[in-house]
Formats: sequence, C-alpha cells, structure tokens
Amino acid sequence: MTHIALSGVSKRYSGGHDALAGVSLNIAAGEMVFITGHSGAGKSTLLKLMAAIERPTSGTVLVNGQNIGTLRPRGIPFLRRNFGLVFQDHKLLFDRSVFDNVMLPLDIVGFDRREAVRRARAALDKVGLLQKEKAQPITLSGGEQQRLCIARAIVHRPAILLADEPTGNLDADYAAAIGDLLRAFNQVGVTIVLATHDLQLAARLNPRIIEVRAGRLAS
Amino acid sequence: MMAWFTAHRLAFTGTFGRLAGAPLTTLFNIAVIGTALALPTGFYVLLANLQGLAQQYAPEPQVSLFLAADAAAADVRAIENRLKAHAGVTSFRFVPRAQALDTLRRRAGLADLLAGLTQNPLPDAFVVIPAAGNAAALEALRSELRAWPRVAEVLVDSDWARRLDNLLAIGRYAVLMLAAALAFALVAITFNTIRLQILTQRDEIEVSKLIGATDGYIRRPFLYLGTLIGGSGGLAAWIMVWGALQIFNRQLGALAELYGIPLALTHLSATDSAYTLLFAAWLGWFGAWLSVRRHLIAYDPI
Repeated sequence: MTHIALSGVSKRYSGGHDALAGVSLNIAAGEMVFITGHSGAGKSTLLKLMAAIERPTSGTVLVNGQNIGTLRPRGIPFLRRNFGLVFQDHKLLFDRSVFDNVMLPLDIVGFDRREAVRRARAALDKVGLLQKEKAQPITLSGGEQQRLCIARAIVHRPAILLADEPTGNLDADYAAAIGDLLRAFNQVGVTIVLATHDLQLAARLNPRIIEVRAGRLAS
Repeated sequence: MMAWFTAHRLAFTGTFGRLAGAPLTTLFNIAVIGTALALPTGFYVLLANLQGLAQQYAPEPQVSLFLAADAAAADVRAIENRLKAHAGVTSFRFVPRAQALDTLRRRAGLADLLAGLTQNPLPDAFVVIPAAGNAAALEALRSELRAWPRVAEVLVDSDWARRLDNLLAIGRYAVLMLAAALAFALVAITFNTIRLQILTQRDEIEVSKLIGATDGYIRRPFLYLGTLIGGSGGLAAWIMVWGALQIFNRQLGALAELYGIPLALTHLSATDSAYTLLFAAWLGWFGAWLSVRRHLIAYDPI
C-alpha cells in the first residue's frame, strides 16, 4: 500500500526560487526512507509538502490517497493527525512542563483524559524522559529536547513519522539512541521519512535512501 | 460527545488558569471594563428610580368633562351611566353647576363679580380619574369623551405627564447612547486583550496547527477568555453601582427624615442584573471573536 505519493511535484517560492522541480516519488506503508542532500537542496520542502505545511506549485501530493493540493482547509487538521512531526528546531512549548508538551497532541484530538495520561507517560518512557515529566523543557539538554520532540510526535500513534534532521546537532551517542528509537517504531509498522545528512545513522538503519540535488531526485 | 465536553472543560480551566496566573493584569482589565459599564448601569438605575418616584408621588392625572349649558338631568344621568361602564375610568365625581358656582363664590374677590350675574354661567361637570396615566391614553380618552352627546368640552391636565414622559425619554436615549459608546469601548478592550494574548501564545498556536488542531480548538480558549473578562467586568460594574447606591442612600436617609417620606434608591432588579451580566459577557465574547478572526489567519502555515 502506498502511503505517500508525489508525482511531478514542483515548488516555487515567491521570489522565483525553485525549491523542487518535477519530483515523483512513492513511499509505501511501513517503509523507512532517508532523504539526503546538501542543505538547500529541497529536503525540508519535500517534508513540508508531505505534511501539508506547504502546497505544491504544480503536481500532486497524495497522502493516504488524499490530494493535499485540493483538500479543503477544514480537512487539513485531520490530515495532519496522520503524522508525527519532529522539527529541526524542536518547537517545544516552554510555558509548560515536559508532560504537558506531550499531552498537547492528545488534547487536540480530544482523547479521554485517563487514557491520554497513560499514553503520554508511555511515550515519555519510550524516549527515556519519564523521570523528567515534571521538568520544564528549557532545563533539558539538546538531546533531551530532541527526544521530547519525538515523544510528542509519536504519542498519538501516527501512521507516518516525518522528521527533519532529528540528529542534527547531537553527538554520536545521542544520535545512536535516536536511531534505535526510530528503528523500533518502524518495526511496529510506522512509516518513517527522515530528512538528514547523517551518514552514520543511515549506515546503522539501512533505510531506502533518496538523494535530492538542486530540487531534483538523483538516483 | 464526551470528547467535546472534555475539550471545552480543558479550554475553560486553561483560560481560568491563565487569568489567575496574571492576577494584576486580570484585575486591571476587569476594573477598566467594570468602570466603563458602571456608568451606563448607574445612569439607568437613577432613571429607573426617578420613574418610580414620579409614578409614586406625582398627582394623578384628571380629565374634566363639561356638559353643554342646556343639558338636562336625564343627560347627566346618561353620561354618569356611560362613565360607570367605561373600562378606562377608575372613578369620577359629579360637580353640579350650582356647587361649582358656590365654590367660585367662596374664593376671595370673586363674590362681587358674580353678584352681578343674573344666571349661573357654569355648566354641569364631571371630574374623571382615568385608569391609565400616560399621555397617549389620556389623549385617546379625551377624544372619546368629546364625542359623547351633550358634552361641550373635555380638558385633560396631561401636560405634566407629557413633560415627564419626554424628559424620561431623553434620559433613556442618553443612557442608550452612553451604553452604546461604552459597549464599543468594551469590545475594543477585549479585542486588544485577546490580540496580546494571541501574540503571547503564538508558539503554541503554530505548533498546535502543525500537529492537527482545528480552528475551533485554537479559537476556543480565546473566546472563553473574552467571555470571562466581559462577564467579570459586568459583575464589577454591578458591584460598583451597588456601592455607590449604599453611599447615596445614607445621604438620602437624612433627607427623607426631613421631609417625612421614605426615599431610597433601589438597585437593578434580578432580571435586569442577569441581562447586564449576560450582555457584558456577550460583548467580551464578541470582542474576542473579532480579534481571533482578525489575528489567527496570520498563523496558518498553508
């Protein structure tokens, strides 16, 4: 089953910069895909198009068979709930505890409170932050913040995990731990799409690798 | 259904927590809105009291009905029966022409003048106390009585009623205009408060949208915040007016003792109080709604 399908996708930003040009790509359910390439090659744009954060200038992006380009604005939130998003800059909320950060996606979906608390704890346990649930995110190290971002991304058990440079500025030990986490999710059937230039991580996980060069796929 | 309820409860407790987390800001906001609302509320209370007093102490309006000079006793009886049967008449009194002349004669200085008369120039008359005291009803009664047979003239001393009505109407317009202006101020205050709150929470809004929050989910806490601020402002206004009345009434008490009449201003009725609070809450909600509509669009990443 195809989870994400791009065909002839181009993205031109206002100002005339072509981030992507004619990209076609299929990602099957349960696959693990690394998108590599130099910074500025279009990795992040590719992820944003998949997550319905950007609309393509031309071509179609299908997620679970739904065309993102023609989706009504009302439908977008529900499409996004299919994803877990791991951001390069984490996007944690510093006005609330670690635990409440993880609760956010469940509050949004409107989970039963007791079940939500149980799931949030389980997600924190998976990334090894359960004993820090009451801490403020600002007090966490870079690696811990990244893991918290992952916990928030997986807490609502999304079918697809989209991660932008999840090991970006982490040292090797932390990067390895996050690699193990990703492998574990993939083994229970989560589709994983990663934008990274961490070749060590690629060597560890042995994913399908797609290289982007100046807005085109190089294969 | 359960999820919907939980979502609202979470939004509400979150809002409440946010207000309690910044007590000084919250207090000032509520004080500003309270003062803005206390002015028209206070004027309205004064007006309502004035109207009450006027109805209580103003003399009852009278209608004087004069018969034709050549009216016979049978005509008088006919008019009497019609007045008795009339629903718009509370009571009436017959003043025979002889008695009227007598009364006139007893007035100082008129006896000589009247002595020169060979016959009584005064007609028989009825003094009628109408059931309804407002100007329109009096006027209607006047035209009706005027059309009865053998009735020469009907006089209504309704000028005072009309004047009071006009004055109170002007007062009501003034209160309405003041209320409209300050309602606008309240909407503007909440609009701005919510705008600041949206700026403060821009990260949360952005992240929530990225992970699948609907517009309703994003909007809800801000709408609660606006409603809560407006409603609290309404409550503050109510308390301010109540306090002012306490002070007023202490002064009025001394005055009332002097004149030997009970004088005390009363606060809004329970219904009016409820309407005031609801209106204030609605204004807060409206200001928040406008603000959210205007400012949340900027955060849509698509």
